[in-house]
Amino acid sequence: MSLADQARGDLKLTGLHKRYPNGFVAVESLDLVIPQGSFFALLGPSGCGKTTTLRMVAGLEEATKGTIHIGDQDITYARPYKRPVNTVFQNYALFPHLTIAENVAFGPTRRGAKDPAKEVKEILALTELTEQAAKKPAQLSGGQQQRVALARAIINRPDVLLLDEPLGALDLKLRRAMQIELKRIQEEVGLTFVHVTHDQEEAMTMADTVAVMNKGRIEQMGAPYDLYTNPQTTFVANFLGRSNLIKAKVLGREGTGADAVVKVDMHGTIATIKASKVHTDSDQGWVGIRPEKVLIQPEGQAIDAPGAALSGAVVVDASYIGVSTDYTLRMPWGQEITCFEQNTGRRGGLIPVGTKVDVSWRPEFAFLLDSSQDVEAGLEED
Amino acid sequence: MDSLQRVFGKNAAYWLIGPAALWLAVFFAFPMLSLLTTSLSDPAGSPITGYTLTWRVQNYIEVLGDYWPYMMRSLLYAGIATLLCLVLGYVLAYAIAFKAGRWKTVMLVLVIAPFFTSFLVRTLSWKLILADNGFIVNTLQTLHILGEDGRLLATPFAVIMGLTYNFLPFTILPLYTSLEKIDPKLNEAAADLYASPFQRFTKIVWPLSLPGVVGGTLLTFIPATGDYINASLLGSPNTQMVGNKIQQLFTTANDYPHAAALSVLLMAIIVGMVLVYVRRAGTEELL
Amino acid sequence: MITRLGRWIGKHLMLTLGILVLVYMYIPNMIVALMSFNDSSQSRNLYQFQSFTWDNWLNPCEPQGMCESLRVSISIGLLATLVATAIGTLAAFALVRHRFEGRSTANLMIFLPMATPEIVMGSSLLALFVAAGFGGQLGFWTILIAHIMFCISFVVVTVRSRLAGLDSNLEKAAMDLYANEWQTFWRITFPLVFPGILSAALLAFSLSFDDFIITNLNSGTTVTFPMFVWGAAQRGVPMQVNVIGTLMFILALAIVIGGEVAARRRAKGKAAAL
Repeated sequence: MSLADQARGDLKLTGLHKRYPNGFVAVESLDLVIPQGSFFALLGPSGCGKTTTLRMVAGLEEATKGTIHIGDQDITYARPYKRPVNTVFQNYALFPHLTIAENVAFGPTRRGAKDPAKEVKEILALTELTEQAAKKPAQLSGGQQQRVALARAIINRPDVLLLDEPLGALDLKLRRAMQIELKRIQEEVGLTFVHVTHDQEEAMTMADTVAVMNKGRIEQMGAPYDLYTNPQTTFVANFLGRSNLIKAKVLGREGTGADAVVKVDMHGTIATIKASKVHTDSDQGWVGIRPEKVLIQPEGQAIDAPGAALSGAVVVDASYIGVSTDYTLRMPWGQEITCFEQNTGRRGGLIPVGTKVDVSWRPEFAFLLDSSQDVEAGLEED
Repeated sequence: MDSLQRVFGKNAAYWLIGPAALWLAVFFAFPMLSLLTTSLSDPAGSPITGYTLTWRVQNYIEVLGDYWPYMMRSLLYAGIATLLCLVLGYVLAYAIAFKAGRWKTVMLVLVIAPFFTSFLVRTLSWKLILADNGFIVNTLQTLHILGEDGRLLATPFAVIMGLTYNFLPFTILPLYTSLEKIDPKLNEAAADLYASPFQRFTKIVWPLSLPGVVGGTLLTFIPATGDYINASLLGSPNTQMVGNKIQQLFTTANDYPHAAALSVLLMAIIVGMVLVYVRRAGTEELL
Repeated sequence: MITRLGRWIGKHLMLTLGILVLVYMYIPNMIVALMSFNDSSQSRNLYQFQSFTWDNWLNPCEPQGMCESLRVSISIGLLATLVATAIGTLAAFALVRHRFEGRSTANLMIFLPMATPEIVMGSSLLALFVAAGFGGQLGFWTILIAHIMFCISFVVVTVRSRLAGLDSNLEKAAMDLYANEWQTFWRITFPLVFPGILSAALLAFSLSFDDFIITNLNSGTTVTFPMFVWGAAQRGVPMQVNVIGTLMFILALAIVIGGEVAARRRAKGKAAAL
């Protein structure tokens, strides 16, 4: 009797560690609980350890230290075919000499299923592949191959389905369509999905919970909204979307409870930041603000924001993108910051390059990060 | 993670490589040593009674004195044949790799298929084609390219042509393997970057096909140097190669020590030339 | 004008030249096929076409000893192919899938026989057999040993290239889908490598069947087909030799084409069954 037939549970990684013989530590003492039935994404640049983590869960790579549990079952050292885990491989790894139906039937047949043909039929219908059943993988398009890889894995009803950059080989349009489809199938079958990707948009659209990995560790974990609005490190701030990070002196705390704020001095301008978005104890820090939260107005005109305004910025570049316009502004202290402005038509045109502007944002959108962190972390790696 | 590892246990690799390694050690490596000792043995002996090892280095000096013209002729004929094979083989391999379209597989099969008619039989048929009263000789005589009693058979031309013909597939296959790996888009990119067709060939295709060129020419040159069948069937006593002499010494003269010395000499010269060649072509990793 | 000519050259000249080279390679085969219908009984000149006859095809075994030599060559060829393919395939797996001590030595050992002139290999084996006291017992078995020896390298190289091109993720995927090691090997690895093994076997058989130089040195009194042809070439080749040559060629083409057709039909049959 294989483990796959037993009760399901959360996927639990405890102190999981992977060190390669050449000394490279790919995953560093990882602790992680992925609740049953959730859609979880491991997000990070290449080489961050996300794929190694996945392969250890799949049993394709052996952990150096630590344990992997599903429910109460320890599967750390179980052979890959004894685990209630299936993988959708990056390049699908469809068996080229077998038909689509045979590929999909491979798992059930190995496990001695009573009526694999019926299961295959159902799963092919679910993934809209019924027409392709008799074809060989090479005759299918990229999107269809992707669905075969998915069908071949989910037909086994694993406790955990691992997806290794499963959409990486598809073009943008198809990728968006497949993202929605994957999400639909996950909700329909209710399995735990663990999705590894370096595409932050993909992770955020699909997953309930995203863990951002960097250099073998999890930098931050949470719902996409929390991660984006309240990043705790410069790496997350830069890797997940974009951020303007402005050097500031921390002046002190004011208020209590939910109203507590921290006062900072950015090159002479005093601003406040919600205490729940402050992630440093030192007297220096990076004030972070997302470009789309930055409001600008030509000098002297009123800005619709209650926060402090920084004056003396100059527009050095304006890129019109249709839905929005990207402005690059040079601040009086020399730093360049970015501002995305929705083209609502209110302004009736672009602000010309060279115009002096005032800059502001609503204080609740800003966050404060530790000044000892690299301001450029997570920038190059995407 | 390898499935075989689990089946065969920890020493799987040795169980797998064992039989082949053993066979080659006993019937290839060891005989080479045996050849070496025979080449240094006293020629006063016979294949039935065996030879005694006396470290007789004179064997080498004697065969070098007697047979160096044959050695030179072998290297010359094989060299010319290899060049011809390279030119002809490159053309065909290039055509199959880039121009054949959906006929690729068919043409590839056609390259290999003649192999299956015994090569002795095929070589003999060249005798008919190049015969003194044959179509080709007559035509060449009419065109005054060949003199009134000029002939093709029993000339160096016939031997070199026979070598070229026989070893052509050995040049084509490695060349094809190399050429097939070249992305046709590289050619387009080079064209986009202002390279003329000729430059595209010399700067892109040729350098990338070098492993195939080296592999193909080696697979042609080495057997061609040791060959004596073409020289025997299509040549004359004046076109005999070193292979003829080794074979005669072994089978007719029963003089194993001198035959072995000549074999070792041939091998040494070939290995030396191959090493220099491979190093100059910068493709050591092929070995 | 110049560019149009250049483009035309790029498109068709290479293909034309390639086909010409192919034709050159087929001249002897055409002559062999033609001569298999030659009636040589009226003339002493064996290298000229006299008149058409079916006799050679109707009595292929007429020349004394020829069919016997053919039988010897086929038995040796089959046995050598079997053994060389088996141990060569195992060795290829070791070289592609394992990193072990002595791997580069093994690689060299595989490579060297291909880089050694046949005359040297043949004479060294002969020297060994003689030194070991088997000088008087040369024959079927010594030929077989020699043929297995030079076929192994070609088998290893052929299977190795097929195996190296195999995506190792496929095996991992199979294990992920509940196939154990044996099942993974027999259902995924072996079927995917099989075409390589098959072409290695075909190559081994053709090498063995066609070998003359090494065989001639180690054969004693045993006569293989190439040796029969060689011997006959001194006196005058019987036209039946051309029949055998043509037959082998047709047979080989039939095997290759038949294999291709069977593979396609099997694919279709499976598709229909579902």
